[in-house]
Amino acid sequence: MKLTLKIWRQKNATAKGSIQTYPIDGIDGDMSFLEMLDVLNTQLINKGEEPVVFDHDCREGICGTCSLQINGEPHGPDRLITTCQLHMRKFNDGDTIVIEPFRAKAFPVIKDLMVDRSSFDRIQQAGGYISVNTSGNTIDANAIPIEKDDADASFNAAACIGCGACVAACKNASAMLFTAAKVSQFALLPQGRVEASRRVLNMVEQMDKEGFGNCTNTGACEVECPKGISLENIARMNREYLSAGLKG
Amino acid sequence: MGFISTSIARKVAMALSGLFLVFFLGQHFVINISSVIDPDTFNSWSHFMGTNGLVQFLLQPVLIFGVIFHFIMGFILEYQNRKARAINYKSFKGNNNSSWASRNMLISGVVILAFLGLHFYDFWVPEIVHKYIESHPEDPSRYFPELVHKFESPVRVGLYALAFILLIFHLWHGFSSSFQSVGFNNKYSRALKGFTRLYAVLIPLGFVFIALYHHFNQLPH
Repeated sequence: MKLTLKIWRQKNATAKGSIQTYPIDGIDGDMSFLEMLDVLNTQLINKGEEPVVFDHDCREGICGTCSLQINGEPHGPDRLITTCQLHMRKFNDGDTIVIEPFRAKAFPVIKDLMVDRSSFDRIQQAGGYISVNTSGNTIDANAIPIEKDDADASFNAAACIGCGACVAACKNASAMLFTAAKVSQFALLPQGRVEASRRVLNMVEQMDKEGFGNCTNTGACEVECPKGISLENIARMNREYLSAGLKG
Repeated sequence: MGFISTSIARKVAMALSGLFLVFFLGQHFVINISSVIDPDTFNSWSHFMGTNGLVQFLLQPVLIFGVIFHFIMGFILEYQNRKARAINYKSFKGNNNSSWASRNMLISGVVILAFLGLHFYDFWVPEIVHKYIESHPEDPSRYFPELVHKFESPVRVGLYALAFILLIFHLWHGFSSSFQSVGFNNKYSRALKGFTRLYAVLIPLGFVFIALYHHFNQLPH
């Protein structure tokens, strides 16, 4: 397969970046998208050029490290997968593929396609946890009966891998789906109710401080989320937030 | 940062002011459609709305505040949202994951705002001048001929229709979205979405129908 890649190149966080064009040949349909970039980088290194920097780690769709806006969509044209799970057979011989970093003020570019998503870590640190005694006498979580629907909804919210596709897809660069998933996974369980009010207030405050945009319910985040996190979580977070705020 | 100045508080405020305006639109439509069915009913309802103290001095200021608040908040949100992505994508396929209406509430909103300017100039300002500045004696039968006369100009009817078509797009997303914003997303949401979309299409088209009806059924001068 012969392709033309248009890739965002940026030397460092402060440099002005631009789109550079790279023709590439010999790409197999069974390669993953990241393997295709590996091939490109090998060619660039062999030519003595700087390889393209991009985020990746597990390459099996569970770590949330890979990103990339591919032809205008986070994680590419397929649904419910991450970039590392995207196969080159989704493209046709002769295609031009535009590859950009996830764009948001709160996701500054470090280099080329690699972005700093530590803003998500800070939102998580603001309340995305439960306080438990871990000194040896911790109560087994399974000892507390939980309704099946709540357990399932909590588990589905917990499936969020924090990749940032929701922010990348949103026209407002809003992080509501991520924050809502992290709020919901605890809010639905008895263990999470104890700190529920403080959690939602602090996490929303941190989300705003990071400079993410406002949610306007376009639903793009839900469509592009590789883990299928539902908009119901945002509605739940809104309810949690209003109830916490009114309680004072 | 206080509870009321966060992004969620802002979207809830947007939703509640929007729902209030949607309710007002429905009430306005009921009065206007009466002009097609029975001019006397239209005159009597308009006379009530134009002379009732509660409507004039409580509901009208609340409505004007609601309109101004909704627009100002909309512009503030748009400004903040644009700031949240300093560099735009070279390639962005919004149509693959969201509707045009949901992504362009500002465009439809600005057209509606321009229309409201025209609407105020056409109806509200003359009404205020008539009642409170020139202090004409009240004539309960003046409303229907005034309304019909306003739709004589095809240009005005055209602008009216354009604004209401944009209002369809605005309500198509905004009405159902406001329930999500206030935290309502459950097993009834699908049915509610159906109702909001029906409302979003039928009410604006109803207003266009009223304008066209009076345009083609002008009263003798």
